[in-house]
Order: sequence, then C-alpha cells, then structure tokens
Amino acid sequence: MKCLVTGSNVKVLGKAVHSLSRIGDELYLEPLEDGLSLRTVNSSRSAYACFLFAPLFFQQYQAATPGQDLLRCKILMKSFLSVFRSLAMLEKTVEKCCISLNGQSSRLVVQLHCKFGVRKTHNLSFQDCESLQAVFDPALCPHVLRAPARVLGEAVLPFPPALAEVTLGIGRGCRVFLRSYHEEDADSTVKAMVTEVCLGEEDFQQLQAQEGVAITFCLKEFRGLLSFAESANLNLCIHFDAPGRPAIFTVKDSLLDGHFVLATLSETDSYSQDLGSVERHRPVPQLQAHSTPHPDDFANDDIDSYMIAMETTIGNEGSRVLPSISLSPGPQPPQSPGPRSEEEDEAEPSTVPGTPPPKKFRSLFFGSILAPVGSPQGPSPVLAEDSEGEG
Amino acid sequence: MKFRGKIVDGACLNHFTRISNMIAKLAKTCTLRISPDKLNFILCDKLANGGVSMWCELEQENFFSEFQMEGFSAENNEIYLELTSENLSRALKTAQNARALKIKLTNKHFPCLTVSVELFSMSSSSLIATHDIPIKVIPRKLWKDLQEPMVPDPDVSIYLPVLKTMKSVVEKMKNISSHLVIEANLDGELNLKIETELVCVTTHFKDLGNPPLASESTSQDRNPEHMAEVHIDIRKLLQFLAGQPVNPTKAVCNIVTDKMVHFDLLHEDVSLQYFIPALS
Repeated sequence: MKCLVTGSNVKVLGKAVHSLSRIGDELYLEPLEDGLSLRTVNSSRSAYACFLFAPLFFQQYQAATPGQDLLRCKILMKSFLSVFRSLAMLEKTVEKCCISLNGQSSRLVVQLHCKFGVRKTHNLSFQDCESLQAVFDPALCPHVLRAPARVLGEAVLPFPPALAEVTLGIGRGCRVFLRSYHEEDADSTVKAMVTEVCLGEEDFQQLQAQEGVAITFCLKEFRGLLSFAESANLNLCIHFDAPGRPAIFTVKDSLLDGHFVLATLSETDSYSQDLGSVERHRPVPQLQAHSTPHPDDFANDDIDSYMIAMETTIGNEGSRVLPSISLSPGPQPPQSPGPRSEEEDEAEPSTVPGTPPPKKFRSLFFGSILAPVGSPQGPSPVLAEDSEGEG
Repeated sequence: MKFRGKIVDGACLNHFTRISNMIAKLAKTCTLRISPDKLNFILCDKLANGGVSMWCELEQENFFSEFQMEGFSAENNEIYLELTSENLSRALKTAQNARALKIKLTNKHFPCLTVSVELFSMSSSSLIATHDIPIKVIPRKLWKDLQEPMVPDPDVSIYLPVLKTMKSVVEKMKNISSHLVIEANLDGELNLKIETELVCVTTHFKDLGNPPLASESTSQDRNPEHMAEVHIDIRKLLQFLAGQPVNPTKAVCNIVTDKMVHFDLLHEDVSLQYFIPALS
C-alpha cells in the first residue's frame, strides 16, 4: 500500500486521526480499492468510529502492490497520533504526507515532507489483524436528524467539558433538545446542575423524528466527530432508533466518509459499558433464529447489539438489523463478487426490492449494507456463536 | 416563595457574570439572599471556611430589567438559598452572547434556580440554553447566622495598592511560607511580611493613602507610623486576591490588631466585604 496526501488534506487526515483517538486506543488501517479506511473501537465495544478516504482524496493512491494481497494492520493510536499531533504544525510546515505499508518489513512508514527540505520519517510497527467491521445500516434507523456541524457545535458549548453523557431528543413543538444526563445516584445528596439546550426545527436540514423520541449517548465520544465536522464545515447526520439501539453519526463529502456508531442508554437498564455487566442478557439463540428485522426481538438489546462479536465469517446478512461490530478474517461472503471480500458494501447490487439504489457515494460508506434487509439470508450461526462467547 | 428576574442589557449581564465568577473563586458554596431591593452572596464564618466570611451586595435594579420576588412571609420578605457557586458562574458563562437572561426559582424534580438564556447565533435561528441549578432553601431559623457582619473599629484603615501586584507578590511568598503578616499604618504604608528559619521577606507599599477613620479618638492617639499587624493564613489572602476580576473601583483594608483583616471593595456598584481572621 502506498498513498500520498498533499496540501490541506494533510490537516484533514490529521484531524480525522485526532477524532478517532477520542474513541479507541488502536487504529485499524486498511487500504481498500474504495479508499483508505481508518477504524477504531473503544475498549468496552460501545463506540466504533471509521473514516474512509476515497482514492481522490490522495494525490496518489495504491491500495496494494500488484500481485499482492491487500494488507491490513493495527497500530497503537498513540503512535499514529504522535505523527499528526500538532495540527498547527501540519498546516504550516507539512507539504506532503506519504503513507506506505511494507508487509515484508512489518512497518507502517509515514513520511512527512516539510518546508525547507525537512523530511520526517516515522516507522511504526504494526500488528496483522482481522478486519474490524461494523455491521450497521443507517437506513434502518427510523429517526434522522441532519444539521450543519456548527449548529450542533454551538448547541454543545453550554455543556461542561467534563460531562460524560447527553440526551438528544425531540420535545414539544418539534424542538430538538440536548440535555445533560447524570446517572441517578440515590445516595447522593449533592445534585448536579442540569443543562438543556433547545434548537428550533428550522435549524435542521432534515428532521425525521416524532416528539417524544430521545436517546442518551456519550458526549465525549460525539465531540470527537463534531470537532472534525466543524473544522471541515460538513453536515452531520444522526440516525437513531429506540433507546438501547446504537446511534449512527455520519459526515460525508465527495472525498471522505465518517461514521461514528455509539451505544445508547436503554430505557430501563443502567448504562453499562462493561462487556461483562449486561443486565438483561437475552439468550443468544434468538439471534440465530432471527432472520427478519423485527424491532421487538431487539427491544432487550442493550449492549449486545453493538458489542464486538468475534466472528469468523462475515456471512452475517441476517444480522444486518443488529448492528454488531465484527472482527472477521475476511473470507468471502456468499454473495460477494470479486476480490474485495471484506467489503460488504460491494457485496450486493440493488436488485433486491426495498433497498435503496447504490448511489456512487454509498459505496464509500464503510460497512453500509446494500443487501436486502427483509429477506432472510439464512441464519448466521457464526454470529450467534460468537456473541455467546462474548456474553 | 417566588422569584423571577430578567436581564436584557449586555453590560449588566457581563458585570453580573464577572461577579458570579468572583464569588465562585471565593467560596465553593455560598448563600444567595434575595430581597426586594438587593441580592447578596454570603459566606458566614463557619469552621469549614477557616473562619473566613464574605458579604457581597448588589442593588437589583442596577442589573435586572424585571424583578419580582415573594419572600418567606410578609414580615420576612426575603429568600435565603444555598448553592454551589460554580454552577451559577458556569450557567452565566453561556450568556456571553445572549439576547436575554431569565432567572427564576423553580421546582423541577428538586428545588432549583433556573437560568434560561436566549442566545444570539450565527448558525441557528434560536438557541435557548437552560440551566437548572440545584439549591437548598435555608430555613428561617438559620437566617440569624447570615446577617451582615459587624465591622469592628479598625486600628488602621488604608487604601490597597493595585491588587494584581499584591497578588503576584503573595503568590511568590506562598512558596516560602504558609502564613504571612499584613501590617499597615496611618501614614499610607502597607507591608507584607513572611518569615521562616532561613529567610525573611518583606514587601513595602508606600504612599497608599488612608481613608478617614470613623473613630476620631483612635486616630488622634495613634502614632501615624505605628503599624497595626495581623498574622493570617497566606492561602486565604491569595484566594481573596486571585478572585478579583479586575482592579476594583475602591479598595480599603481595615486591620484590627491580632484579630482580623477586613477588605472592603467596590466593583463599580457591587460591594464586597471579606474578613480573614488572625491565626491563633
């Protein structure tokens, strides 16, 4: 793999890495034919983030040396971030950034070509890894909000920087509100200040949600994407469902695509980020039997649905309604044509009724599923097994 | 008990915000007293404060375009609330670009002071931020402990130098000693002294001027050069100095020898009195 980023795109790349660093400690770097994908997941598997940079984002982009397989690697977020730590420096002095993956030497080489002939070369060691994939489909979420990032940025300002969680919802008169969320502590005598920000419907480019819906998610993780979106002057789209189901935050433009999938607090369970402390543990075989998206089956889904299931295949079409983050070694899904076996978004053309047509940019959505949602593809036993292992 | 107020003037809002920031730096928890004409921020000299007390007073009509209150009763037409000062200053911080600020006493799940701010925004048409600050209503029987402190006749009364200078001096001194002597005389001289086994440091301020003393007899008996001194905890002095947002309009220091130092400041139209007791 070899790619070259020039000019202001270097800072964009740097900002994306900063965003990702708010989520996880390891960065999964995967060059694909569609572009370079950078993904991460947090340790409790309740937040997943991915940026996909299209080939046009780069001055030069070569996913793999001809004749070689596509390489994938996992590097320490800290190491990769240190290359891009100073955004001011990137903007002022870096002219080009060259990233190459050398399978033989097991090194990810990031070379910054700076002004005055200075060249900084970073040799980062990486680990081979399985492909980190989130299986989710924004199109399945009934509620959508879309607004320029700066509207949301301003809305988030009144909240204390240390605030962990926030509730987003639709209030009376279709006003969108953001409210600080504090875990109810019966013992605590000192109550925390509650802050609420209200925005009018007219501030949103798209508002597809009814009064009364609300989700609670981690503000700190959201801020990561928000700051990127604000600096790139993009619109931010929030797809969400019932409490407990993950919320999908997306940004895109012609050259890149960003997805942050965050867990949301389910209505009765207390927020638990710990893999092991799932209160209502639904028996896993239900997943297996389930082949059609039926909201009720997932009503009890709190952490399960977005926990990483250690999958060994990605033949998980049946689980598409169940956004799960899978680690797959990349064998071909049955329907997938061509060599890009890890990419499910290439898997299915839109011949199935009910699926939205694959628009050009849609193929850049990492992990977006074009395969039919409604039709059962058969059970996905592997997912079930692995979830069981996870639980 | 009811209370609602509205501030629409930008300058008033900024001033009110600065005052609340100052209070937040001086006292973690304080009492807000609401009466028909005034608002007071009070810290009484409990052991928890180390004996420090504070009395801050402002005339409500200098800030609020609308102000309505109904106190505990007709005879006791006042409201005493306890709150975490930082909450108020944080709530007001969001009001920097506000069209209007409304504050009222509410009971949403728990008694609170609700600060509602309508913000100017380039990006959105209407942005309203609401902060519910949890409060505790202080019962009538405890009101007697929260009255304006009696200012004893000082031995020396002197105008303070520029507070920023005082603060940087005291900041450095804090590294050397945990207590300090503040002394002044009627000749316009003020000294800050620290003493350890190894070193003695004194900073002299001269030509400060003395306000006229209330008690004529004291000033006549007293040798103008004679210093009145008091030993105090250096951190308390530093906390006071660090809390001041700007150099005050007026700043007077009153010393009662070996008993306490009393700072009497005026920030435009808001008065602040701060008492630091002598170390025993």
